[in-house]
Amino acid sequence: MTEAQYGRAPGDNSSDPVEAWEPSGLLVYTIGLLLAVLLTTTSFWVANTSLLWAPGIALGLAVLAIAQMGVHLVFFLHITTGPDNTNNVLALAFGVLIVFLVIAGSLWIMADLNEMMPPAELMDLHMQH
Amino acid sequence: MNFAPTIEAVHHGALLSASEAGPAPKRLVVAYGFWIFLLSDIVMFAAFFAGYAVLVRATAGGPTGAELFDQTNVAIETACLLASSFTCGLMSLAANTRNRVRTYFFALVTFVLGAAFLALEIREFGDMIAIGATPHRSAFLSAFFALVGCHGLHVAAGLVWLVVMMAQIATRGFRPAVERRLLCFSLFWHALDIIWVGLFTVVYLMGVSP
Amino acid sequence: MNFLGKLSWDAVPLHEPIIMGTSAVVVLAIVFILGWIVIKGYLPYLWREWITSVDHKRIGVMYIVLALLMLLRGFADGIMMRSQQAVAAGGAQGYLPPEHFDQIFSAHGTIMIFFVAMPLVIGLMNFAVPLQLGVRDVAFPTLNSVSFWLTASGVLLTNISLAVGEFSKAGWVAYPPLSGLQFSPGVGVDYYLWALQISGIGTLLSGINFVTTILKMRAPGMGLMHMPVFCWTALASNLLIVAAFPVLTVTFAMLLLDRYLDFHFFTIDAGGNPMMYVNLFWVWGHPEVYILVLPAFGIYSEVSATFSGKPLFGYRSMVAATMTISILAYTVWLHHFFTMGASANINAFFGVMSMIIAVPTGVKIFNWLFTMYGGRVRFTVPVLWTIGFMVTFVLGGLTGVLLAVPPIDFQMHNSLFLVAHFHHVIIPGVVFGAFAGYHYWFPKAFGFTLDERWGRRSFWCWFIGFHLAFMPLYVVGLMGMTRRMQHYDNLDWQPWLMVAGIGAVVILAGIVCQVVQLVVSIRDREQNRDLTGDPWNGRTLEWSTASPPPAWNFAVLPYAAETDTFWNRKQRARGKRDERAQEREYDPIEMPKNSPTGFVTAFFAVVTGFALIWHIWWMAGLGAFGALVTFLVFAFRHEDEIEIPAEQIARFDRAHPVGVVI
Repeated sequence: MTEAQYGRAPGDNSSDPVEAWEPSGLLVYTIGLLLAVLLTTTSFWVANTSLLWAPGIALGLAVLAIAQMGVHLVFFLHITTGPDNTNNVLALAFGVLIVFLVIAGSLWIMADLNEMMPPAELMDLHMQH
Repeated sequence: MNFAPTIEAVHHGALLSASEAGPAPKRLVVAYGFWIFLLSDIVMFAAFFAGYAVLVRATAGGPTGAELFDQTNVAIETACLLASSFTCGLMSLAANTRNRVRTYFFALVTFVLGAAFLALEIREFGDMIAIGATPHRSAFLSAFFALVGCHGLHVAAGLVWLVVMMAQIATRGFRPAVERRLLCFSLFWHALDIIWVGLFTVVYLMGVSP
Repeated sequence: MNFLGKLSWDAVPLHEPIIMGTSAVVVLAIVFILGWIVIKGYLPYLWREWITSVDHKRIGVMYIVLALLMLLRGFADGIMMRSQQAVAAGGAQGYLPPEHFDQIFSAHGTIMIFFVAMPLVIGLMNFAVPLQLGVRDVAFPTLNSVSFWLTASGVLLTNISLAVGEFSKAGWVAYPPLSGLQFSPGVGVDYYLWALQISGIGTLLSGINFVTTILKMRAPGMGLMHMPVFCWTALASNLLIVAAFPVLTVTFAMLLLDRYLDFHFFTIDAGGNPMMYVNLFWVWGHPEVYILVLPAFGIYSEVSATFSGKPLFGYRSMVAATMTISILAYTVWLHHFFTMGASANINAFFGVMSMIIAVPTGVKIFNWLFTMYGGRVRFTVPVLWTIGFMVTFVLGGLTGVLLAVPPIDFQMHNSLFLVAHFHHVIIPGVVFGAFAGYHYWFPKAFGFTLDERWGRRSFWCWFIGFHLAFMPLYVVGLMGMTRRMQHYDNLDWQPWLMVAGIGAVVILAGIVCQVVQLVVSIRDREQNRDLTGDPWNGRTLEWSTASPPPAWNFAVLPYAAETDTFWNRKQRARGKRDERAQEREYDPIEMPKNSPTGFVTAFFAVVTGFALIWHIWWMAGLGAFGALVTFLVFAFRHEDEIEIPAEQIARFDRAHPVGVVI
């Protein structure tokens, strides 16, 4: 039975763990580094420039950050869409879903609660009765 | 453990798919388990992020992020961590070929870059505390110190782990167990960089942009 | 600065006769048992075979023993509350002073959820999942032992709080600002937090271990859709653990930072927001409900299929329902705090989601009913628990759908109606399931069946006692009685609470029956030996090996490319003598070695936890250092596997012939 039948370990860049020091491995990491540097510098530029439409900056930063996380996953952690990676990707997808639900749900609920909270002055008036 | 397939299994399924091939090899099991741990760690950071996002405006009259954060410092920190993620990748390439010298070299570079990151972070915290921006000052600062500090603690733990790994390579050589742990370490180190991407974006960049 | 932090002789509540009496009895019992073990010379055996064991079956059994012991403690708390409320009406104050009553209800909830329900389901998963998957152990056996001993550490810290200091008085949910330093300056909340942090790490590690085991280690041929349903529910439950417990850890870490380092997450001043604690707590809290209940659903599925002699009705819909629940579990948490003041949009969204999550559960109920329909149902004790569960749980679930309607929740929240509701789902949903599993797998674990007669008595006592104890709480809840009242003035409530108190006594009779059942079964074990390994005419792989199974579970890993493999194999082999048993070839097996890592880690965890609770900083540092050294020693261990020679395996197999070889 070959190893390939079992799928791939997360972080392994091939199903065969022991591989020659081949230029392709180095190349993958280098491309990842270059893309990450590009995205990071863009992020810092976006945050500090006055050329862009201010209300869109937060969204732009979020998009850049998600793109960079994707770059790290693909080029550093070697996550692919291949069949030998299904389990790894499914687990990741579950994690991302939970992260989204926890953060978005909490923000939605807490922002709403803050909005419904009577202003402090009103509370003080209430207390005096 | 002995996972030799049964005679019958060979008989039945010359073409078993991955999910039916029986217990996976240890390297896969260990790496997958660590992958699941990382997911739980990321959910943990998600809760800290949620806390931070809820409390970011609760400055209680104290300093805001825009007044406190030094972008240059953050940029250098980011560069250190990104570079160390890259050298960590080169370290695992070297370890895959069982090249000790190269492995040690890239591990050392990774360690130095990680330590530099940590030193910069500690200096940043020190500077903030010196001007009275302590965690007791406001809920915003509590959330900031907890979130960024938790990441810093992870980096510190990673550095300790790296030293232990080098000691293991020195005393044990590239055994399968050591190689599995090296794989887990590189997963951990890359994951910390991914979290840092979220962190510098949400905390530092969004914090200073108008 | 004091050498022992806040610890002094004042911490021991010498003036409280009830607490001191209980502590004295507990300490005497421990000393007596330890003395007996030492005198009889069982200590080396205990150390070798149990304490350092990394065998999933042994660890499972230890989890269940721990849970049953803590069930006694939690139940004692419960019956004290019931008796207090039965008498403390009008001018009467009962026998429990308020500060003691508050500790009791906090301890009752904490213990029942974290140290009874959790270890019960984790213990049953530990025991059954690797056997059902047809493998030799979990993915990380030593880690499994660490998980167990960390859970035990949490239990120990909680019980130390009985005699040294106090337990939390802030309820099992410990909402700030009440649980903050300003309103709870004592060590009670710290006991609660550290006990749960330590055991929570253990639970998280278990979750990781089981997700990996189920997804990466199954018998050859066993695809995901061939797994027994219990393994599916265990997978869902452990995925929920992995994704929910970190949130609890963070929430408690924030509260600890508030209490120890003067942070302002949940304080009233400096911008802190106590409502965020409630939010984060229930982000964990609602999935926790499903962490507990899903494995029980799995047990009911196994039991109803086995004892009806039919395949489970709707296997695929069962799997789909389970996985749907595990996602939907993350979309309903706000229904635990409808009244905190969110707008109608949010309450409506979470109300609707809470009703939707009842649908997959309904699907399951129909599946069990149709499994039994047309089958030759054998009314054994596990089946009684299953039927009792279905009858009770449907009603409890309906009151849950009522509470999911926000306007109704505004009326009912914080009343005994709510208390009745969650006991009405958790007791049948988790406790009955665990008891069914206990009876079902007991012969597999120990090689003899449990006494049916005492089992039936216990079931009927629990079933009747449950209804007597909790139905009246709906009534007084509707009459306006809020939860956690040490005494009350409305005399109309008293008759109902007296009935509830009687119900608790009937449950006590059920527990006594269970103890008697165990004693009787051990006494009569020779008559009740399970020599075939398959006492129930089972369907899944755990019944294809000897009872109790050898350390390696299966001499040769079974090939299982269908659901109910064992059952189908038995059908095909009927009438034909299987001869492969003789001609079988055995290979040596590598098994993980025993390791004291778990026990030592837990020792240092207890030291660190206790030191942090009492602010004994030097001791906390020492404990943390010890844990680090343990970890390093473990990391540099030489070999962690031991080879079992083929002859030993062959000898065992010849001595324990099983009906059908897979």
